[in-house]
Parts: sequence; structure tokens; C-alpha cells
Amino acid sequence: MKIQNNESLKKTEEAFETVSSRLFEMLGNNECLTISIDGESSHFIRINQSKVRQVGLVDEVRCSLELKINRRQTQVVFPFTGEDATDFAKAGLELSRMREEVAQFPEDPYLVLPENHGSSREVHSGDLLPVENAVDSLLPIMQGVDLAGIWASGCIFRGTSNSAGQRNWFSTDTFSLDYSLIAPNEKMVKTIFAGTSWNQDRFEKQMRESKKQLEVMEATPKTLAPGHYRTCFAPAAVASFIEMFSWDGISEASLQQGKSALGRMRQEGEKLSPKFNLSEDFRDGTVPRFNNNGEIALEWLPLIVDGRLENTLISSRTAKEYGKESNFAANGESMRSPVMSGGDLDETKLLQTLDTGLFLSNLHYLNWSDRMGGRITGMTRYACFWVEDGKIVAPIENMRFDDSLYRIFGEHLEAVSESTQFIPEIGTYEGRQLGGIRCPSMIVDAFELTL
Amino acid sequence: MTNDFDIQKCLAGIDLNAEWIGLREVKETGTHHFIRDGHPEGNSKISSHGVMVEVLTNGQFGYYGTHRLDQESVRKAAEMAFQQAREASKWAIHAFTEKTRPRANGNYHSPFKSPKDAISPGELNHLLVKMCQALKVSDKIISTHAYARLVESEFRFVSSNGSNVFQKFLLLASDYTATAQEGNLIQHRSDGGSLCRCYQIGMEFFEEEKLLQRAENIGAQAVELLYAEECPSEKTTLVLAPDQMILQIHESVGHPLELDRLLGDERNYAGWTFVKPEDFGHLQYGSELMNITFDPTKEGEYASYAFDDSGMKAEREFLIKEGKLVRGLGGTESQARLKIPGVANFRSSSWNRAPIDRMANLNLEPGQSTREELIGSVEKGIFMESNRSWSIDDYRNKFQFGCEYAKRIENGKLTNTLRNPNYRGISTPFWNNLKKIGDSSTVELYGSPYCGKGEPNQAIRVGHASPLCLFEEIEVFGGTA
Repeated sequence: MKIQNNESLKKTEEAFETVSSRLFEMLGNNECLTISIDGESSHFIRINQSKVRQVGLVDEVRCSLELKINRRQTQVVFPFTGEDATDFAKAGLELSRMREEVAQFPEDPYLVLPENHGSSREVHSGDLLPVENAVDSLLPIMQGVDLAGIWASGCIFRGTSNSAGQRNWFSTDTFSLDYSLIAPNEKMVKTIFAGTSWNQDRFEKQMRESKKQLEVMEATPKTLAPGHYRTCFAPAAVASFIEMFSWDGISEASLQQGKSALGRMRQEGEKLSPKFNLSEDFRDGTVPRFNNNGEIALEWLPLIVDGRLENTLISSRTAKEYGKESNFAANGESMRSPVMSGGDLDETKLLQTLDTGLFLSNLHYLNWSDRMGGRITGMTRYACFWVEDGKIVAPIENMRFDDSLYRIFGEHLEAVSESTQFIPEIGTYEGRQLGGIRCPSMIVDAFELTL
Repeated sequence: MTNDFDIQKCLAGIDLNAEWIGLREVKETGTHHFIRDGHPEGNSKISSHGVMVEVLTNGQFGYYGTHRLDQESVRKAAEMAFQQAREASKWAIHAFTEKTRPRANGNYHSPFKSPKDAISPGELNHLLVKMCQALKVSDKIISTHAYARLVESEFRFVSSNGSNVFQKFLLLASDYTATAQEGNLIQHRSDGGSLCRCYQIGMEFFEEEKLLQRAENIGAQAVELLYAEECPSEKTTLVLAPDQMILQIHESVGHPLELDRLLGDERNYAGWTFVKPEDFGHLQYGSELMNITFDPTKEGEYASYAFDDSGMKAEREFLIKEGKLVRGLGGTESQARLKIPGVANFRSSSWNRAPIDRMANLNLEPGQSTREELIGSVEKGIFMESNRSWSIDDYRNKFQFGCEYAKRIENGKLTNTLRNPNYRGISTPFWNNLKKIGDSSTVELYGSPYCGKGEPNQAIRVGHASPLCLFEEIEVFGGTA
């Protein structure tokens, strides 16, 4: 059985269309309305010690109405059942309530009215593992090793429509198994097996490779002293740093309001390494290009070029407030499809180039320790090794780092690998997330460990 | 609940040969008002309403969370949950019984004096505009924001073994921030740390005169930080204000004591813990001044309730007594798996997630020192308040925390202001360096809506109370890049 079949997804899309059209008919001349929908049908299996800890399914669909009238706005989000009559009745009641409420609010000088930028429809159908087969397909190959992780599978969809006539729809079937294998000495390797079409042979091959990697972790770990180390970061570790650019980093509003860690690049003209290139790149098609307002971003937007701050992410609201041109960033101006470009280092020569130092597969719990200074603290985690003469010698005991992005991506960035890897976004806080980060490996000649 | 959904009828309509069936309906409406620099940036009402169906068969629970609230949808959800449980049971990590879902009957209503509609959304907007104006104490303030969040949440739990629980909450939170700039130097000051003023309270929370006074102080301190010295790098006596202690308790006591972390459930995400099952009753976690309670019964604290999501009755328990670890943060399922005592903390973030071990209210009990005595005892040290940065390892050992605002302590007095203060340490050595603890007059209550954990991920509400605390021999440092 599929979690959500094409027919029920189509029915939800049609219901959204119907309710949208009927609501737009109810609007007065001075009223603008943007309607959004997002939802998922998800199958989750939580695994510990290669056994099932929790198993279940979640269906959820949310509808958002954003009403703009007389330079004021208000928003409501409510559950969307897919039954036209029920949803239209609920939406109609909310619309009436919003009309009364919005008059109480102060005027919003930076209000952006919806426009018709052109409609779009993307439906990516996958071939997912049927719910009833999942446990028996996943668990057998895990036996004989200690595995903890989460299986998430199903359909995710997003849609918007607005009173200016624009319609957008995006749906995709995805699965991910995000897992850690744990050696008896408690050292771990972490991997994500993700995609849109299930392939049992590929899954089992990857699991066998993970088990082989775990053998390396069984050596006695090396304890390091605080200090500066030559360090090679694998793509998943680089992705953790790239995520920080979305947290009061590349956002134009953050820069304008004195919150951005990239302030020194804007105000003092500071540059990062010419080897560092970062862009917002939707060409992989893993996330919709339209934002909550239905605005469609450029397919490719360079953000940092040869270490220079070339563009920031600018929402239409920020554009209006600060006299900039919008590049149709989402609210919050975080990156939706970040790509760090590859460099010229042959991937097979990573360890040889590192020579002696650290190889870090993953990082953990990053936070700005001094945002204005661009300084980040966090931990090493999972498969992290000490390397000597280009060869892995032993796993390391986890260490705290505290270093600046201006050093890591600046003067100390020695080399960037040619090849890049896609690290899927597997977060599920506000529902299952889409997309991911594409990035290379990189070598930094002095990375600061502190505790 | 104020809707047409008859949960008892839905339960009665499920015909399955299961060992136990439970339905947990959650209806929640949050209104959010956000004003920046005196202009509205967002006014929204966000509603969620659904039911979590849990079924136990062959010792395995299966679940199905759905927003479709009709009898037929719930019946189908129960069937799917049953099938899931049955198929997974041959791979189950533990054979659970109905004992992990004790029969519960009762109600809970969070306390308030003034109802939510006592202040209209428009009036609240105007108050927040005034707060922005009060935060802008000088031209050095380049940005201000004022945010209010009002959440009404209703929870109904019924089960095949006779549980019938209704809990209703009114949960308010606020956040006020000023950003000051002089040249390229920028400093931020907030109302005790990001969104930490979270309570079960009514609209008496928005007492205008007091709020405006607080806003002026926040603005003034943001400007003061522009001209402050950088926090020095040294090992010294550190006095932490309650609004930083809450983070210290949360990260270095709360999470390590979660029994599901001991059991390894979180190893792929939030992490493990340095605590071992044999540590309970033996480990000297901190100095003898350290007494930590799990207390979901504290009136007005953000995560108070009468029953957790398994139906276990919520009661106050000591987790650490006179520095010794005595009990863990684990609900009925973890208690059954580990065979050690726990608490009523098996909680989910909403109807769309299965419950796991969470913190709820976790408090550091007061000691004997007045604020004057505590500060007065320090010849040379640093006082820090209001969290701004937090990071700790997956075993909950090596932490590094940063604060918004600090003062030197010299000869028993608070003297010069310090900016960019940070400190780092390792959990149990740090807590064993707790040398003085403030009395009840120094206790302050805070909370957070965003404690993250679990797979699939869940952000949940927690509350913390703490007095002023003094730690010796702590590594502090500033913010130079």
C-alpha cells in the first residue's frame, strides 16, 4: 500500500484549487489574498539497536490565508481536510474574522501585494517502499550490528495561489533512512540513504559499506589537546558550516538590522578565500522555486563569488524597506537550495594532501559564539579520524572547536575538492523538509580545537 | 473540546483485537504578534487540530496521527496503526504491556487571572509598538523588536483501559530586543535571553508600566555594551544569573538525565549521555548544594500539567539530591525498559508525534545565600546574565555557553560592564564547583517553547526555575574573532 496514492493527492490539489477560486470570488476590490497549502503523508520507523523502537504514520495538511487590505495584513493557518464544503466553510469564517481583526492593526509600510509572476506545476512521482513491506525490507540487513536511526517516507507537497491569478504546485515522493552504526567502543559512523525510487540492492550494498566503515572505528581512539590542526572536512561537515550562512548570515534583512555574521564583508569589504563560492541553485529541482508568496526565484543566484559577497538573499518585503531589488527569497531569507562549488583537488588525493591532521566526517551542535565576529563553536562527531602521512591512524575522542568563518573559509582554506556531494535535508520539526545542501570536501590548514 | 469531534464515540467505533487502544486529541491555536522598529512585521493565528491513535499489539505500539477528525478516518487510522504494530512486533526492541499506559482520569486547567480576550489583538499591537519606542533609548539603537505569543491548547486522552483526561492550557510568551551600533561595533540585549519569558499565565502578563520600564533598561544596556570592555580570558569565579542558569540546567542536567538517551534511542540525533544506569543512587553529579527537581506541579511554570501522554500522574520528584543523582527523566516505557524509577515526562509536541522522554519543568532548588551575600563573598570574579549562545557535545559533557551581558565583580561589588562574555566547561566538574547558591528571593522562572529532540523531530515546551549561583575555577573568555 502506498502512503498517499496519486488519486488522493490529486483530490487534495483539486480541493485546494476549488477553495482558492471560491475565496477569491468573495474578495472586495481593495482586498488581496494569498493562499498556501503544505502537507505530507509520512511513514516513520524509529530504530534502536537494529530493532523497532517506534513505528507509525502521520497525515497532515495545513492551509494558510494571508489577507492584505488597506495597507494592513493578517494571516491564519488551519488544518485542511480536502473536503471542499468543510474547508470552504472554515476558510470563509476565517476570512470574515480576519477582515474585522486586520482593521485593528497599525499600517504596515512595507506591505507587498501579491502579483502574478507566472504559474508553475511540478509533480515528482517516486517509487516508494510500500508501508507493509518496509520493516521486512529494512531490518534484516541491519542485523549483526548496532544501528540507530529513522526511516521517513512518503509524499510532501506545497502549493500557493493568489488573488492576482498566480498558481503554483509542487509535490514529490521521497524517502530517507538516516542512520548511525555504533561500534562496541561507542564510536559511530553516520550515513543517509535517500531518494525517490526504492532500490533494495543499492540499499543493502550501502549498508554493507557502512558496516565496513565501522570496522575502522574500532581502533583505540586518540585524544587530542586543544590547539590548531590541519583539517579535512568531508561534505557533511562542510554542510554544517554552510547551514550557518542561513542563520543571520546571507540575509539582507539581517545585514541591514545589524544581526548578520557577514557584516564585516558588507561594511569592511572583508573577503573570504577566492576558493570559496556559494550560490542558491534550484537546478537540481529538489525544492520548489516559489516561496510562500508564490514568487519564483532565479534558477541560479551566486551569493559569494571567489570569496566576495556578490549577492544577498532579498525578500520582496526587505527590498521595499531598504530600497533593494527583490530576488524573491523566502520569508526569513535563508538559503533553500545552497550549493558550494567544487574546487580543483582530486577527491582521491584528499588524505594525501592533508598529510597529517584531522579528517572530520560530521560536526554537531553548531552555534555562533560571537556572531558579529563570525565565530562558530561546535563539536566533532561520528567518524572523525587522526591522519598521519596520508593514512587514517585512529578515530579521535570528540573535541570542541571555536573558530571563525573568516578563517575557515578565508585565509586558512587551503583546498576544495573537485567533486561535490548532495547532503539531503532530513529535518522533520515542522513536518518533513525538502531539498538539501550540495558541497565538496575541503582542507583548512589551521582549525582551532578548544576543549 | 469545543468541536463536533466525539472522541469517546470514535474509540467505541474501533473494533480491533488489540491489547490497548488510545486516542489523544490535541487542539491548539497560537496567535503571534511581531512588531519591528515600530511597524507590524507579522500578525498570525496558527491552528492545529488532530488526533493521535495508538494501538498496542504483540507488545509493540503502532501509531497513526491524522488531522481528519471523523469516525471513519479514525477507525481506518487505528487499523493502520494496528497493522504497523503487528508487522513491527517481530523486530520490537521491547515487549510492552498495558502497564505503560496506566488508567488516568482527571482534568487540568492552567492558572490565569485575566482571560485571553481581555486584551484585543489591536491593543496588543499598540502595546508592542510602544515597547519598540521604549527600547529605542538613543540614536545608537538601530533596531528593536517586540513579540508576543498567545497559545491556547486543549488535550483530551481516552483509552480502552478507561482513561479520560482533559487538560487545558493558556501559555503566553514574549521577547523584546534592542540592537545598538557604534561604528562597526554591534551589540544586542534582550529581555533575559531569546524568548525565555514563557509562562502559564493570563493577560495580566502584559502589565504595561512594568514592561515599558523593562524595555528602557534593555535599550540602555544595549548601548552600555558598546562602550564596555571585552570579557577577559581567565579562570575565575563565575556568578550566573537565573536567566543563564536555566540554560545551564537544561543542557547539562536535563538532557543527560533523559532515560531514552541512556537507552540509545537518541544516538542518531540528539545524542547519548555520559550518565550510566549504575550511576543512579551513586554519582556525585554536583556539590552538596545542588538539588534538582522535576516539578510539573509548579503553578504558572511553562510546562506544568496533571498527566503526561501515557496517562502517568505528574508529581514532583528529586532527580539530584544534595548533589547525588537519584532519579532519571524517563516515562513509563523507559522505566519498563531500564527498570529504574522515572517521572511523568512521556510527552509529545502535538497530535502528530508519538511521545518520548522530555524535560517538562526542571528546577534548581534555592539555597541560603541572599544576593548581597553571594556577590559580596567574591573578591574577584565575573557575573554573567542572559543566554545568547549554546553548544554541548552529544554525551552532554563539553559545553560552551555565551551571554549577552556581564559585570566584573571586585571586592564584593559589581563594577565594570563586560561584553561578549563566554564560558566553557565539562558538566559534572562544573556542577561540583557550585560553591554558593541563592535563596528563594533570588529565584526566577523562565521557559522555552523550543526544546528540540526526537526522530521524527519534536520541539516541546519546557520550564525552568533557578536561583543565582556561584561557581569557582571556571574558564571565561571574550569574543575576539
